Amino acid sequence: MAGPGPLALHGWDWLQLLGHFLLLSLLSVGGALTTAPEMHRYLVLQQRWLSETQFSSSITLAQAAPGPNILFVALLGWNLGMNSGGPLLALAGVVLSLTGILLPSTVVTHLASQWGHRNRHLRAVRAFKQGMAPVVIGLMLATGWILARASQAGGRGWPLWLLTATTALLIWRTRLHVLWLLAAGALLGILGVV
Amino acid sequence: MTERETLPEDQPGPRSLTDLFLTFTWLAVQGFGGVMAVAHRELVERKRWLTQAAFVEEWAVAQIMPGPNVMNLSLVIGGRRFGWRGALAAMAGMLALPLGLVLLLALAYGRFGGHPAVARALRGMGAVAAGLILAAGLRLFGALRAHPLGGATCGALAVGAFGGVALLHWPMPFILLGLGTVACAATYARLDP
Repeated sequence: MAGPGPLALHGWDWLQLLGHFLLLSLLSVGGALTTAPEMHRYLVLQQRWLSETQFSSSITLAQAAPGPNILFVALLGWNLGMNSGGPLLALAGVVLSLTGILLPSTVVTHLASQWGHRNRHLRAVRAFKQGMAPVVIGLMLATGWILARASQAGGRGWPLWLLTATTALLIWRTRLHVLWLLAAGALLGILGVV
Repeated sequence: MTERETLPEDQPGPRSLTDLFLTFTWLAVQGFGGVMAVAHRELVERKRWLTQAAFVEEWAVAQIMPGPNVMNLSLVIGGRRFGWRGALAAMAGMLALPLGLVLLLALAYGRFGGHPAVARALRGMGAVAAGLILAAGLRLFGALRAHPLGGATCGALAVGAFGGVALLHWPMPFILLGLGTVACAATYARLDP
C-alpha cells in the first residue's frame, strides 16, 4: 500500500494526531464511518500523512474483514506508522489511533448507560428508550439497503439483489448459521454467479 | 412493552468477564461487513441475554451516544452486570482477535489484493452481509407490536427513518434527532407517569 510519497510523522505530529482523534471520538454520533470524511480531510488533504490509496484501502479492508468497522481507524494508524518508519511504529500507530477514537466515547457512553440503568423507571428514560425503537429499526433497514446497493458496484445487478433477499429470508425465517451464508456468498462470488 | 428490565435476574446473562470476552470475540469474528446483525442473532436468539425489546432499547442508546454503535452496544451489555470491568472485557473481546485478523489481512492485501477472485468473493459476502442486517431489522419490527404508540404509528416512523436515510440520503444524526424527538415525545405522552 505504498502511496505517492506521504510524509512521515514525528513526535509532535503523533500528539496532534491523538488530539484530533480524541476530539473526533466525541463527535462520532451515528456510527464508525460517519467520521471517515473528516479523517480523510485531515490525514490526506491537510497533513498529507496518508495517500488516497492508503486511506480508501483501509476502509475497504476493514469492511471486508470480520469485526467492527471502526477497525479502519486501526489500519489508518498502521499505515501512518509504516510511512514513518516501519512495523514497530505501525503497531504504536494502531494503539494510538484506536485509543484516541475510542477512549472519550467509551467513557461518555458508559457513564450515560449506567445513569440510564439506575434511573430506568423514570418516565423520561422509558420514553427515550422505547420511543427511539421504531426510528432505530428504520435506520437498521436503511443500513441493510445501503450495503446492498454498495455491493452492486461492478456486479451484475439482479443476482446480487437475489442473494441479499434470499439471505434476509433465510435468516428471518430459519436458524441457519450466518457463517454458512457468508461462505456461500464468497463461493458464489468466486464462481462468478453473482 | 411490558419487558422494561433489560437484563432481568431470571434471564440468562453473562456469567463472568471471561464469558463476556469470549462471547463478544465469537460475535465479532462472524461479523463480516458489520457486527450488528450477528449481535442480534447471538445475543437475542442464541444466548437470550436480551429480549427483542431490550435489544432495540440498548441499540437505540448505542446509536445516540458518540462512538461506534457495536462497540457501544458491547460496552453497555458488559457494563450492565459487571460495571466498567465488564464494559472493558466486552470491548476487548470485540477488538482483540478482529484487530489481529485485519492486520494480517492488510499484509495479505499487499500481495494478493489485485486478484479478481478476491474482489468477487468480497462482493458476494457483501450482498450476504446486507441481507443479514435487513433480516435483523425485519425481526425487530415484530417486537414493535406491543409498543405504546401502536403498530401503525411505529410503522410510519420506521418507514420515515428508512426513507430519509436510504432514499433521500439525509445525514443519520438529523434523522435520529428529528424523528427521534417526535417519537420520544409521543411515547412520553402515552406512558404511565
